[in-house]
Amino acid sequence: MPEVKASKPPKIKAAAKMKQIMSDHFYELDKAMKSKTQKIAWCTSVGPAELLRSMGFLVYFPENHGAILGATRQATDFIPIANSIGYSPEICSYLTSDVGAYLKKKTPLSQVYPGIESVPKPDILVFNTNQCRDVQDWFSFYAREFKVPIIGIETHRGVGEVQAAHIKSVADQMQGLVPKLEEISGQKFDLGELKRVVGLSLECSQLWRKVLETASAVPSPINFFDGTIHMGPAVVMRGTQVAVDYYKELLAELEERVKNKVAAVAGEKHRLYWDGMPIWGKLRPMAELFNSLNTCVVASTYCNSWIFDDFDPGDPFNSMARAYVQLFIVRSDEAKEKYIEDMVKKFKLDGIIFHDCKTCPNNTNARYGMPQRLQKRFGIPNIVVAGDLNDLRCYSEEQTKTVIEAFVEQLNK
Amino acid sequence: MMSKNVEKKYFAGIDIGASATKAVIIDEAKKIVGSHVCRSGADLAGSAQAAYDEALKQAGLKAGDVGLLAATGFGRNNFPAAHCTITEISCHSLGSFHYFPKAITIIDIGGQDNKLIHVDQNGCIMNFKMNRKCAAGTGAFLEEVAYKMDIPLEKLNGLARQSTQDVSLGSFCTVFTGTEILTKIREGKKKEDIIRGAFCSVARRIIEMDPLIGAVVLTGGVVAHNNILAEILGSVINKKVLVPPSPQLIGALGAALLVSAKKKQK
Ligand code: SF4
Repeated sequence: MPEVKASKPPKIKAAAKMKQIMSDHFYELDKAMKSKTQKIAWCTSVGPAELLRSMGFLVYFPENHGAILGATRQATDFIPIANSIGYSPEICSYLTSDVGAYLKKKTPLSQVYPGIESVPKPDILVFNTNQCRDVQDWFSFYAREFKVPIIGIETHRGVGEVQAAHIKSVADQMQGLVPKLEEISGQKFDLGELKRVVGLSLECSQLWRKVLETASAVPSPINFFDGTIHMGPAVVMRGTQVAVDYYKELLAELEERVKNKVAAVAGEKHRLYWDGMPIWGKLRPMAELFNSLNTCVVASTYCNSWIFDDFDPGDPFNSMARAYVQLFIVRSDEAKEKYIEDMVKKFKLDGIIFHDCKTCPNNTNARYGMPQRLQKRFGIPNIVVAGDLNDLRCYSEEQTKTVIEAFVEQLNK
Repeated sequence: MMSKNVEKKYFAGIDIGASATKAVIIDEAKKIVGSHVCRSGADLAGSAQAAYDEALKQAGLKAGDVGLLAATGFGRNNFPAAHCTITEISCHSLGSFHYFPKAITIIDIGGQDNKLIHVDQNGCIMNFKMNRKCAAGTGAFLEEVAYKMDIPLEKLNGLARQSTQDVSLGSFCTVFTGTEILTKIREGKKKEDIIRGAFCSVARRIIEMDPLIGAVVLTGGVVAHNNILAEILGSVINKKVLVPPSPQLIGALGAALLVSAKKKQK
């Protein structure tokens, strides 16, 4: 039983600004679509957003929409619609819920943002398979629907040491996108502008890293569930001053919390790592469960995925290529294990939760013996939770609660 | 309330499982003085109360004689009379370690799920696993087999013991196994052999969960009613499988032991 009574966690004040940023983002896209004043590119979340932005596109991220479908618990209603036209329940449930919502002509954006009737129609679709093949299939569906061009980068997967050949291949592919982007945007590529955008992305990324690293303080001022919400601007607005300003504000607030020992989870007793996707429809009950157990999920692979240390405005193509190949999801198990080991030390962790995410094998690291290897290598206890990012049909709340409670009981001993 | 209650001599544990609710009352010497098992049904609090009342009756006690009561299992939060709750993972390890105080691997086969728990020589959990969201290898699977073959559940154990030939059921999934059973019936296989094949399939699902290191202890309702399973599992893993007395009560016993230990800490 908890020694310190769980109290309601303090609210992060910057959240109001973040909501405004997300609202502005969607209204700007909606306006551009309706007035045809600016071209819209759809981009994968860890795709070449900087290049698109520098060429005058407004950038929309379908994965962000997928996460909203999940968080609003509407995804499970839409997934069967995509299943029925041949998109299996076994594949990415961002894809299936997003396609299902499109076919139903529905979007949660209309409920949150009055006046928005649909997601913004793309002028071009740009993917990067660094995270998975599903994004290419997903965007291909929309390329057929909207009859717009689809271009992309095919990244190496399972990369151990990142080699010059990897970088060259991806950088060349990025440069290869330019002519088509010029044709669609009607704007000439401007190296100076790309350097400026990459510089802003770098700044955003560095600030986001600092935000997440405040969680190395004991007690941690922020938890994983806060992180999944506050990463919004790093995903959809990186490369802009707006995102930079936001993370400056958030960082200052969290540093103040560290100074005053304000804990995200009252009476923090255990510090855990979350590997894998969030279970979007269950963020709140999960946060409440960990809160009631005086246990803080302080760090995660997922939130760290939007840290791009390698961006270099002086060498934009090569550095973007490096940053997008260096990512955890692109790497071999050996590289991932080393990464998690560093996290365990940096964040003073007591245990790891692996989310075995039914429809995203790409963000699941519990299927090739990693939990067992990590436990053997440095004795860190772990537990595997079965669930899904969006498809709540694949999730047993009772079983998950029992597994997490039992894990905390194990740590209590 | 807690401090007054710890002075009393008896302790209770209620394990409200997905299929069955089990109540155990122990004395200060950790001896079981009363117990009861009933179906959980839809009214979890009602079943828990009924099981507790019956256990008290068997022990010749009144509720007021019991100091502390802990609830565990799937319905652990549904019994307001409990002084505390604890997960069935912790309770099964406490209950099993009580009978086998050494490094053990506990396999609990319940009505709806399986648990595999590694406990070290001090009784501490090293790690544990629950089965996937599937009935394969659980009591629900055997219920399905009994239903498919139109045989009362309680007859499975006796029939399996009369098997003379190995019949292998290879499917991973309960629904596929159901189809496989129909195929075996069509092929003219004997029901005794098919039923034994179903128990072998349960044993196979268990060994897939995790390495069975150290002494292996089998608990839960399935082995309580089908002791052949311990023998089959023993032959699959090539070592004797330990079964505690009243294996279905181990979770409830663990819960009672937990609160009796709380008294000691005072
Ligand atoms: S990485 Fe996973 S969740 Fe993200 S788009 Fe690919 S399959 Fe979907």
